[in-house]
Amino acid sequence: MRGILREPLGALGLTLVAVVVLSAIFAGVLTSYAPSKISPTERFASPSLLHLLGTDHLGRDLFTRVLYGGRIALMIALGATLASLVVGVVLGLIAGYGPRWLDNIMLLVFDAVKSFPTVMLALTLVTLFGPSLYAVVLVVMLVNVPGYARIIRTQTLVLKSAEHVMAARSMGASATRILGIHILPNIIGPILILVSMDVPVVVAIEAGMSFLGLGVRPPTPSWGAILNDGFANIRDSYWIVIAGGLPIVLTTLGFTFLGETLRDLFDPRLKRRS
Amino acid sequence: MFRYALKRLGLGAVIITVALMMLFAMVYLIPGDPASVALGPRATPAMIADLRARMGLDQPIWRQFLHFYGSVLRGDLGTEVLSNRPVFDVVMEQLPFTLILVLGGISWSVALGIPLGCIAAVRRGGFVDRVIGVMSVAMIAVPSFVVAIYSLLVFAVALQWLPAIGAGEPGNLSSRLLHLILPSLAVGLGWIGYISRMVRASMLETLEASHIRTARAFGLPERRIIYTYALRIAVLPTITLLGVGIGQMLSSSVFAEIVFARPGIGKLVYEAISTRNYPIVSGAVLVTTVFFVLVNVAADILVGTLDPRVRASFN
Repeated sequence: MRGILREPLGALGLTLVAVVVLSAIFAGVLTSYAPSKISPTERFASPSLLHLLGTDHLGRDLFTRVLYGGRIALMIALGATLASLVVGVVLGLIAGYGPRWLDNIMLLVFDAVKSFPTVMLALTLVTLFGPSLYAVVLVVMLVNVPGYARIIRTQTLVLKSAEHVMAARSMGASATRILGIHILPNIIGPILILVSMDVPVVVAIEAGMSFLGLGVRPPTPSWGAILNDGFANIRDSYWIVIAGGLPIVLTTLGFTFLGETLRDLFDPRLKRRS
Repeated sequence: MFRYALKRLGLGAVIITVALMMLFAMVYLIPGDPASVALGPRATPAMIADLRARMGLDQPIWRQFLHFYGSVLRGDLGTEVLSNRPVFDVVMEQLPFTLILVLGGISWSVALGIPLGCIAAVRRGGFVDRVIGVMSVAMIAVPSFVVAIYSLLVFAVALQWLPAIGAGEPGNLSSRLLHLILPSLAVGLGWIGYISRMVRASMLETLEASHIRTARAFGLPERRIIYTYALRIAVLPTITLLGVGIGQMLSSSVFAEIVFARPGIGKLVYEAISTRNYPIVSGAVLVTTVFFVLVNVAADILVGTLDPRVRASFN
């Protein structure tokens, strides 16, 4: 913690992340408006003391929608990242520890999934399943899992022939035991840092899909959806796009600065490689 | 070298086949019955059965896939539901717009990324290096669609320096270029950051190399050492990176095309989704995916030609 604060960039990142997280948690306290309350008499009000960030085309208070949108963004970031991590780790362990032919097939599938451009993948999936929160989570997983699984696989391959794993195997330990007790704890550290650095990417995917109308359904507040509302009225009511874009910029910057600092602190080797 | 290129191409072909299988599985097996979707709710069972037979949907799945694969190889992606035109033609009509946009993005990222990386490496550890470092991270972090909307707001709506809508008049080069500036910046901004970091890192590595030390010992001017001897080698890794970059820029171009109302693949797919025009969606996704895989193969082969070490590590 002290290490993070000593780096100016780390301190800035931590502050931004703290502001975003706290404002999402205490959204109910920080504003007296409801996020989806329509107020026809207050449409397109520019920012004022009454409405800090102005109102949108339905007269909804944008400050309130930004705060509640933070909940959606962070919940998806957390949920989808955890889900990708779990699936990526399991697949990576299987590929690394399992038979050679299975490893080859899995690598091929990972490469094939990675060969779809992200947005094209998202568009295809949404065409099939319709827009929803789950579609966002699915896209995030398809984007993240191959990368995580590949890293875990490589690490597992290295550890597979390590002495302590050989010893455990010769004593008759089961594959699950070896993977869970002797391999996983040794490889989970570096991947956690990489995963935390992907949080801004996940935030961007959710906001981007919601901006295209392919993610969170209205009237649920989402930063991307606010951007979409504002984009339609960009010529007259510029404050709507500013209200929708600013939290995305601050959140992605905050998590990125924090992630970079964490990486440099915990794993100087990664710094040199990137 | 020839064997390396052949191997890399073979792997590319396998990846495309697997990707095609996935696309086939997604588009043809999951969303219920494409025939009834294509004909709409008022179709009679006889009409649906007829179209099913014509689309080959009554055949076993493996035959359907082989048929699908075969027609893709022939460049036949089916016909569009609404206008009855071949999907391939519709997609190819839009592809150049997207490619020009991606090319514009690459130009921005190379033109600004390489000098920034160079300067940062030369001023290693100094104030300028730190500023460039933070700027690069920020450019990578901020999503391209926010960049697109904000640049539209600032340069097109508020300042009115640049046009906001469309791809410019056909045949009028300066109008086309003016319309390209903002969208391509939105597409390429993140990659300015990536490339500057990459060039900085590999430049620092190269400056330690023995042939640079020899050049220094010979008393060559520092400027010449950096910009002719070191940079030439330090740029190599960026070529592979650009292979990946093109894929990401294809993704960002979807947003840029929608925000700036430009024609292109992204806009085509986006509009096809709202009209449930499945053949267009799968056709466009297919073309971009194949294109992306080929670009990556080409980048790898190019780097293999330039750097024998890469070839050796592939075997």
